Amino acid sequence: MKGNEAIAEAAINAGCLYYFGYPITPQTEISEYMAKRMPKVGGLCLQAESEIAAVNMLLGASASGTRAMTSSSSPGISLKSEGISYLVGSDLPAVVVNVQRGGPGLGGIQPSQADYYQATKAYGHGDMHLIVLAPSTVQEMATLTGEAFDLADIYRTPVIILADGAIGQMMEPVDFSTRKPRELPEKTWATCGHRGARKHNIVNSLLMEPEELERSIRDRFERYRKIEENEVMCEKYMTDDADIVVVAFGIAARIAKTAAQIARSRGVKAGVLRPITLWPFPNKEISALADTAKAFLSVELSMGQMVTDVKLACECRRPVDFFGRTGGVIPAPADVAEKLCAMARELSI
Amino acid sequence: MAVVFERPHALADTLMHYCPGCTHGIVHRLVAEAIDELGVEDKTVGIAPVGCAVFAYNYFNCDMIEAAHGRAPAVATGVKRTHPELVVFTYQGDGDLAAIGTAETVHAATRGENITVVFINNCIYGMTGGQMAPTTLPGQVTATTPYGRTPKIQGNPVRVCEMLSTLDGVAYAARVSVDTPANVRNAKKAILKGFKNQLDCKGFSIIEVLSTCPTNWGLSPKDALSWLRENMIPYYPLGTYKDVDAPKEETK
Amino acid sequence: MKQGTYNILIAGFGGQGVLFAGKALAKMGMHEGLHVTWLPSYGPEMRGGAANCSVIISDEEIGSPLVPDPDILIALNIPSFDKFEPHIKPGGMLFADSAMIDRKTARTDIEAHYIPASSLASDNGLSGLANVIMLGHVIKKTGIFDYDAFLKDLVSGIPASRSALVEGNTKALRLGFEY
Repeated sequence: MKGNEAIAEAAINAGCLYYFGYPITPQTEISEYMAKRMPKVGGLCLQAESEIAAVNMLLGASASGTRAMTSSSSPGISLKSEGISYLVGSDLPAVVVNVQRGGPGLGGIQPSQADYYQATKAYGHGDMHLIVLAPSTVQEMATLTGEAFDLADIYRTPVIILADGAIGQMMEPVDFSTRKPRELPEKTWATCGHRGARKHNIVNSLLMEPEELERSIRDRFERYRKIEENEVMCEKYMTDDADIVVVAFGIAARIAKTAAQIARSRGVKAGVLRPITLWPFPNKEISALADTAKAFLSVELSMGQMVTDVKLACECRRPVDFFGRTGGVIPAPADVAEKLCAMARELSI
Repeated sequence: MAVVFERPHALADTLMHYCPGCTHGIVHRLVAEAIDELGVEDKTVGIAPVGCAVFAYNYFNCDMIEAAHGRAPAVATGVKRTHPELVVFTYQGDGDLAAIGTAETVHAATRGENITVVFINNCIYGMTGGQMAPTTLPGQVTATTPYGRTPKIQGNPVRVCEMLSTLDGVAYAARVSVDTPANVRNAKKAILKGFKNQLDCKGFSIIEVLSTCPTNWGLSPKDALSWLRENMIPYYPLGTYKDVDAPKEETK
Repeated sequence: MKQGTYNILIAGFGGQGVLFAGKALAKMGMHEGLHVTWLPSYGPEMRGGAANCSVIISDEEIGSPLVPDPDILIALNIPSFDKFEPHIKPGGMLFADSAMIDRKTARTDIEAHYIPASSLASDNGLSGLANVIMLGHVIKKTGIFDYDAFLKDLVSGIPASRSALVEGNTKALRLGFEY
């Protein structure tokens, strides 16, 4: 199954019966899959007039207490950023998928990870964070999609699935039965008619009194703190004895793993730390590795964005280098391995 | 003693922020009356806009959502499609509905979303302090058309009901006014019909209400009503532009 | 499957069934319980543009799904041959549709197989099935999968209403295998 299709099927399995989208390469399979499947499961796939409309339809669905999803690729995500900020400000759960392609502007349609900054720092205006999940396999496209819906409901926040064109287009076997759903809070805040049983609910992001707005943001940041405490996910690959730890996510992490194997065959002890949550970032895990590793290498399909977070995470105690290709070019494992060997020579290890 | 006049239940008992003489209050009341008369407050969800009516979510006793500027019809689509049993209305001004939200408006209309849209047209941006609206009349002076709106420079106003009445998904498009008691009664009828249409699953209903903005027009409330009559109604004629229930010749 | 890792690159024009051929190999690998990845190149044009796909079939976990240096290259047109033939790993294999590609490799460190799959297809009323003919030949020469198991897997996805397709695919695979 294709990665994009795995996301769609996993969403339906997670009880998401409403999908609002707009076609854009390389994520269109999600829309097409939803269009085919939704009528068969009693759901709805609605093609909106724009990315902006789609994310606002999602907002309406979510406000009324329903699981729903939208997806796009980089240029379309920029259009959705307004709605994402409103989702945050209104404390609404939502799942937004970004199957990244090269930018800026129309950029290209080949895989990219150049939306890292946007996803982790600036998906919308205002004081805010989003949970950002980065799948690296088609299996994870499915598992993390299910997880995304639960996290969104538990913490009342949008969750971003930050994939890329390669994993979206790639086929791998996938098993949909592996994830255990979490316990979820009741949506007492939903605007679905008061039925004479409660005071009317208001879903709103506007707070005109500075103190009131500050209080609501502080409350939200208290939730962020809990997310940072409880929800960090990462994978360690051959890091125990590694002199150089490659930090890479998504498709880049797969390349990094192959590169680490090549480097080890040439006598360089390399390992890979793969953040699965990009926010919250695995700061503690990287900091702990800085105790044993001699250097870090951030490998990305961009000009170097996550590398700044790696530097912050290891508190400048170790040198942090960068290797990346951008514009839709995927780095070859051999090139990354070569970089690792060069670093080893420089550090005399 | 018989009660002959009281606040509709669906209208919240709270102070409104609208300027003296502004007709938003009248239209809020008409919407609340319609909700009361149909007995649907407990299953109604309203969508407030960005603009003068931004706080409308505080003024109704039904569930309310505050949407981003212009996006109310898309938000309403999300609510209605996931909860077809609910009564969903948007309340939007001219900038929200006919400028930044044109795409959302036109496409919700042409899809025939089964929602009710209450559209306040007062030819000006009120909340931001009197700038040109998409419906600002030719020659009208605003903060951003200090020499009067010149169509060759600022373009022409948009006639929303006329435009939307060409779309198949629209069940009902009517332009009313609240400048006289008689017109207020007509406006009430139109708004009630817009909500009834939704209960009968007829599709998209829009009621355009010509309204005043004394503050930004720089007129007294009374003079503002006259200005509406003398300037707006000739450019935006009142009437029913589309009604799927009516024989063809009765609509404009 | 024989033990190890197969890095396969299939390349040609869009419309030649490049992606389908890759999927058939990956699906078979998956049904044999192996690790597989299938990664297409994708472009704005649906037909006629360059198309290729990377397929990795392995008994170990797969890292990068890209195949820049294939063990097996299946080339269905000249641009693909020119572009990828130099990148075949030493000791690797080349499969070329010789009805489409009028040249031969000069390399001596690879094993080259030429089969006029497109003309075999048109001569036998199997238009559009040159890709399956190629697959038949690949299976014969590499021994990557058992022929009968692969055939069964290949036609299992075809709905009963399209029995002519089953017949065509069977004939095409056999033609390539026996060439």
